[in-house]
Amino acid sequence: MKTILKTVGLNKEYQLGSFPRNVTIKALNNVNLTVESDQPVIISVVGESGSGKTTLAKVILRLVKPNSGEVTIDGHRIVGKGANPDNNEFLRTVQPIFQNPFEAFSRYRTIDTYLVEVATRVAGLGKAEAVAAVEAALAVVGLEYKDVRGKYPNQFSGGELQRASVARALIPHPSLIIADEPVSMIDASRRMIIINLFLALKQETKTSFLYITHDLATAYYISDYIAVMTRGTVVEFGEAKQVLQHPQHDYSRLLLSAIPSLDHKWSDEIAAGKKLAAVTEAAG
Amino acid sequence: MIKLDNVVATYTMQRGQVNAVDGINLEIPTGLILGIAGESGCGKSTLMKVIYGDTGFPLGLSAGSVDYGFENDRREPVTSQNIQKEWFKRISYIPQSSMSSLNPVVRIRHQFTDFPATSRNKAQTLERVRVFVQKLGLPPESIDAYPHELSGGMRQRIMVAMATFLQPEIILADEPTTALDVVVQKEILILLMELQKEMKNTIIFVSHDMGVHYQLTDKMLIMYAAKAAEYANTADIFREPLHPYTLMLTGSLPTIGDDRARQGLPGRPPSLWELPQGCRFAPRCPLATELCRTVEPALAEHRPGRFSACHYADSVPQLQASMRNAPKLSDVAKDTPKRAPQAASALQLDEAGTSAGQREEVAR
Repeated sequence: MKTILKTVGLNKEYQLGSFPRNVTIKALNNVNLTVESDQPVIISVVGESGSGKTTLAKVILRLVKPNSGEVTIDGHRIVGKGANPDNNEFLRTVQPIFQNPFEAFSRYRTIDTYLVEVATRVAGLGKAEAVAAVEAALAVVGLEYKDVRGKYPNQFSGGELQRASVARALIPHPSLIIADEPVSMIDASRRMIIINLFLALKQETKTSFLYITHDLATAYYISDYIAVMTRGTVVEFGEAKQVLQHPQHDYSRLLLSAIPSLDHKWSDEIAAGKKLAAVTEAAG
Repeated sequence: MIKLDNVVATYTMQRGQVNAVDGINLEIPTGLILGIAGESGCGKSTLMKVIYGDTGFPLGLSAGSVDYGFENDRREPVTSQNIQKEWFKRISYIPQSSMSSLNPVVRIRHQFTDFPATSRNKAQTLERVRVFVQKLGLPPESIDAYPHELSGGMRQRIMVAMATFLQPEIILADEPTTALDVVVQKEILILLMELQKEMKNTIIFVSHDMGVHYQLTDKMLIMYAAKAAEYANTADIFREPLHPYTLMLTGSLPTIGDDRARQGLPGRPPSLWELPQGCRFAPRCPLATELCRTVEPALAEHRPGRFSACHYADSVPQLQASMRNAPKLSDVAKDTPKRAPQAASALQLDEAGTSAGQREEVAR
């Protein structure tokens, strides 16, 4: 069994405001997750906004320092006591994909320069090998090097640019890719192209994903494990099908009942439940 | 009955003129919820602006008219020419972002008394507002707050309260819950549904979330590249669509408990500047033939009460049946072909050199 992701007692507090009126917000409250598997897996983290799911991603990516706790990925301790990995070595272990690809890439640089730079600096390849690695990564996501060369981000559609950023993350062959709301900026009809790409990559490149989303339906579709978060705590964690079809915690049930799904109508719920008092009278 | 007669809405830009809504004919029965769906850039928000009569430069109504089916105080029929006088009283609008619609430096109660019809007796009106917001599930003190002091869901409730306070006949809602969390979204949508039952007004609801449409709407209009693709009852749209685009839109969504593999819609909608000849959906359509590439289909009634703009509307149910038999996800994953990494050649080495050069150029 390989430890794909292990977090032990992660805590993170944000201080808002200055001294007399400062407020402490607990973004992560003792988060313990352990995922062990021989096969690559897709782990989803779902929850409302403010539940701490993005903070968890930032802590794993070392963009935010936690108040306490440890993170281990693929045997490498990357956050916490005794963790001081070389930055390039860290980037060969974990790679991010962000929500908005237009903000992730600078408007003033062509996309291929990013890709080649990741291949030379992070993966430590020579120039010729770097281009080969970039071409291979682009081929996996269904793009060609000649389509990307010399193009600025505004010359791509959102879906294409997101695929390019997936390719960028794949170049150093990381063992875990952290995708923070990767499809929420993409039109609904083309969302499934990226989602299916993650599934294919799991098979082909043996990469695990941490998929952070508020969309439970896509989480059900792709993930092997699901963690449900609210107010900085993981309230439920387990196999995806198990968690979403037989939720144990009240919050998971609330979240599931709120999805506008196609199998039951809310109007039936209203008819059965309480009725709003006569609003018309109040308005006069 | 709201009648849209060949509505063409044009944006005037430096490059020229572009039709964001291109000839929409529609009859909307009153007293129900109409949903408008489509990809971004298909013209759904522009159509809402036209119905609201908010057509200032660069947007203009270049042809057609909207007949709202009621008269104003002077017994004149209300059309797109004089609808502006009826804002808030007979027609109101719920925007997407409550934070950018409410004035951040004015208390909410002052924004309520800004309405044209409620300025005569402020104290009395405010009392009624307090009672009304309480019915909508807000504490009555909340109207004394500034917008930033309320949560996103509370602000959106305030927007719903403003739009429904004078009980208008028509309410336009442009993605009113997109910025909210699912749990809060459900509360706001149920509030809207209950208010509509209570007041019997017509709600025109724009959203890109097909699940929301299924829950909320009675009738649906599917738009594609500034045109109407399909117009039918919501139940029919989900059960048996008559336009391949509708089928792709509803069929691509994963649902919990369903393990069938889903495919996204390949390609992208055409640019409104360079429209293809014939059907606008033909380049992405699995049913497209030579006829589709030359003759543009009109919105026609293929089944009673079900309108579709497709030459092959009758073949769409067959396509749907073949999609129902899609393989299970676990089987598809096993068959995924392995792609071998390509070897580098001398040519590619050259390309790398060029790209490094470009990088330096851009950095400068």
